[in-house]
Amino acid sequence: MSAALPREPGSAEIAALDAQLQRTWGTGRGLWERLATVDHKIVGRRYVITGFAFFVLAGVLALLMRTQLMKADHELISPDRYNQIFSMHGTTMMFLFAVPIMEAMAVYLVPLMCGTRNISFPRLNAYSYWVYLAGGVMVWIAFLLNVGPETGWFSYVPLAGPEYSAGKRTDFWAQMITFTEVAALAVAVELVATIMKQRAPGMTLARMPLFLWAMLVTSLMVIIAMPAVMLASSFLISDRLIGTHFYNPVEGGDALLWQHLFWFFGHPEVYIIFLPALGMVSSIVITFSRRTIFAYTLMVLALLATGLLAFGLWVHHMFATGLPRLGSSFYTAASMMIAIPSGVQIFSWIATMWDGKPRFQSPLLFVIGFIVIFVLGGLTGVMLAAVPLDLQVHDTYFVVAHFHYVLIGGAVFPLFGAFYYWFPKFTGRMLSERLGRWNFWLFFIGFNVAFFPMHILGLAGMPRRVYTYPSGLGWESLNLLSSLGAFLIGVSVVLFIINVMRSLRVGEPAGDNPWDAPTLEWAMSSPPPPYNFMHVPVVTGREALWQPGPRQVLEGLSPSHREVLCTTALAAEPDIRQPSATPSLWPLWAALATTVWFIGSIFDARAVVWGAFPLAVCLIGWLWPTHPEPFRERSPA
Amino acid sequence: MNAQRATGLRTVGAIALTLLLAACSGKQAALDPAADQAATIGSLWTLMLYVCGFMYLLVLIFLGNSLWRARHVLSAEPVIHGSQSTAEKPLRMALGGWFGLILVGLLVLSLGSFLIDRSLANARVDDALKIKITAAQWWWKVEYDAETADKRVVTANELRLPVGRPALLELQADDVIHSFWIPNLGGKQDLIPGRINSLLLTPRREGDYRGQCAEFCGLQHAKMAIDASVMKQSDFDTWQQQLAPAAAPSTPEQVRGHEIFMSGPCIACHQIVGTPAAGQTGPDLTHLASRRTIAAGARPYSFEALRDWLRDPQTIKPGNHMPQVQLSDSDLNALTSYLDSLK
Repeated sequence: MSAALPREPGSAEIAALDAQLQRTWGTGRGLWERLATVDHKIVGRRYVITGFAFFVLAGVLALLMRTQLMKADHELISPDRYNQIFSMHGTTMMFLFAVPIMEAMAVYLVPLMCGTRNISFPRLNAYSYWVYLAGGVMVWIAFLLNVGPETGWFSYVPLAGPEYSAGKRTDFWAQMITFTEVAALAVAVELVATIMKQRAPGMTLARMPLFLWAMLVTSLMVIIAMPAVMLASSFLISDRLIGTHFYNPVEGGDALLWQHLFWFFGHPEVYIIFLPALGMVSSIVITFSRRTIFAYTLMVLALLATGLLAFGLWVHHMFATGLPRLGSSFYTAASMMIAIPSGVQIFSWIATMWDGKPRFQSPLLFVIGFIVIFVLGGLTGVMLAAVPLDLQVHDTYFVVAHFHYVLIGGAVFPLFGAFYYWFPKFTGRMLSERLGRWNFWLFFIGFNVAFFPMHILGLAGMPRRVYTYPSGLGWESLNLLSSLGAFLIGVSVVLFIINVMRSLRVGEPAGDNPWDAPTLEWAMSSPPPPYNFMHVPVVTGREALWQPGPRQVLEGLSPSHREVLCTTALAAEPDIRQPSATPSLWPLWAALATTVWFIGSIFDARAVVWGAFPLAVCLIGWLWPTHPEPFRERSPA
Repeated sequence: MNAQRATGLRTVGAIALTLLLAACSGKQAALDPAADQAATIGSLWTLMLYVCGFMYLLVLIFLGNSLWRARHVLSAEPVIHGSQSTAEKPLRMALGGWFGLILVGLLVLSLGSFLIDRSLANARVDDALKIKITAAQWWWKVEYDAETADKRVVTANELRLPVGRPALLELQADDVIHSFWIPNLGGKQDLIPGRINSLLLTPRREGDYRGQCAEFCGLQHAKMAIDASVMKQSDFDTWQQQLAPAAAPSTPEQVRGHEIFMSGPCIACHQIVGTPAAGQTGPDLTHLASRRTIAAGARPYSFEALRDWLRDPQTIKPGNHMPQVQLSDSDLNALTSYLDSLK
């Protein structure tokens, strides 16, 4: 830490300050203290682990599906069970893994990268995690009790409506949406506020690391996109539970309304998953190329452009529904335009590596894998944007191949790279490089063996979401190959888990900044102390830790109270000292009340009313004003 | 590691190529066109494949080059001011070129897509054969339009088309959303409750093809296929004339089967033209035995398959809406004989 200080205070002075800050910001070891914590690092860690657990669960489902499809007319899994399995696979991967884990990484990293002591709205953050956990656990228990979702991750009506999906299965699905979207919206609001108001002094917009830019754009997208799906799922629930007719054509409703609402969310959702991954890629590329990013301004503009365009192309999921053909061409153009910002970013990363001094360690390997896989997925995306071609390959295995190339290639590979990259910061220990290489190569090869053949299967006429297929259509060998590849991915993920378990106990100690990375999260010890920064860091350039000269800090935040420094939104000039919320159990109680409310409404429509009362009580407790100490006028030094 | 990977990739590539070629042809393959629409889309696919393949190659070359270069560069002080690097200027120019290339590529592709889409949408439909297709969980009802009601032909899970004549399909759904798709003939089109969609197919090559529901429609979505045949106009006319009404039972066993059918629950759902059976909720059976498959493609048609189906429809296609009817073995044989006579 001493290196981060402009003057060299005595070690006793540092120890005393550290002890005081530990008392102010620390989380005790008792059960209640752990449950009440609002430390973004603890919440973020829980979020990441939970998200990864859902990834493994959904991966197991994928292996079950690949086992069933290994040969023609295989009767291992009944159609009813298979339909639940693929629905749960998609639902879990999209709603319980991909979006939450990206937000989870941001919950951990954004405050550190901003140079602040905690995320904004820390109690909302804790609440968000509990709500997410409750929603995920609920839908998985339902699935294990054979009331899992059965209509796919986008649950088209009327199939998901009251008439064709009787019972409670789809109700659990729809409420799971509500849970996860509440959680995601909460985190998005926190991230926007943290990034806009809590950046270290001197970190102007033009000096923001690309990861922060990516998370800013993503969070704004969440705020705009998620309400659409909550509206859609609320309509669905009310059609199912209280007999409204939003989606019933016989009563003047419309089945396509669901698709418009869902994809207005669903397409941006893909970029909500993908943009954080781009931020991770930029972080890794810069650190391992040991060079500032090439064309920073264009990179920022590309993120913004992707975020904007994402809202103008949902109809390309609906080309086959018979919408006016000429209008569809507009969405062809909009969809293809996404290739422009993506192409620029790909170029910039490669250019940075080209001109940099790359070190080929696991994080960079995953980034290279990302480029090779993602670009292919992007190009098949361009193909899918063309209406006539889409009409052939839509809803076939070609599309399955396409979105696994963009989602696994575009998000999971960067995420694994990010795990290898930030694991030392999270835990203070390095992951094994040797196992990391095995992990990467098995994943890379397994992935391509599993998913490349699916392009061909789609062109050869195999529709998606079929629990079995007849022999004689030329699909057997490709399906077998694909299944073998899937198992290779399984082995690779197991290796990763072994690597993590092993490194947690005997991994090489990491030190503060093992990669010599330039961003602020590497400025403190690993793992970071509860208060993150002893003093507020001052940023003088885009790569904060690479700047020459002694590092400057700002003093003046109270060591005995939870305070963070708010800065101005554009220039990041010190603005005000803002009290930061103290630990509380109310977010947990509020989340439990929310859970009772949401699950209750699945079984009894009246729960919508009575379920709101316990939550109201919890919110009153949560927001009950404490007596603030008299405001001491003290401008930051 | 890299050498191994290259060999591995080559092997995988070779296998993939072989499989790709194999998959290009078949009776349910998008790239083995038998109609104008599929052929036109196939040409768009070729254009896409070349343009996108070229762009992908460029990315891989640039990536490979940057990795190759990196072998010679040792770790050193980080480059803080990238813009002062000597490579900055050539890289900027390259980025400009790359940007232009992407724009041109996208322009070519979107223009190609647009023109092809327009040509498909503006195809002539005035002399088209009109066919109404209604999808239900999990089968297809096919009705050929005619001037007079007695000439209307109704069948199920099969579509026969005369070669060279455009066919205009009117697509509707009874229950949930389905999607009609015969890859060799053309793109897919959804069938949506409360809406009427249409699809134009102009078959050019005689042969037997297969289509399958392409929008997840519930439990037996996987077993909702439709058999398509493209035939000479004369053969098509003969088929249509033969159709109504059904053949009368000729052997004693068929007569007994006929009685079982007419006195049992079968007539509640099924129609056999020329008999009292006029149910509309299940597939028309007037010429059941002339079809290539039973239960929407669940089994190839044969006497035995039909008997198995009648004995217990829920084993072959669990969850389908045909209830099991308890019959003695001799009754079952008689009923199968009768239905098997409906050529």
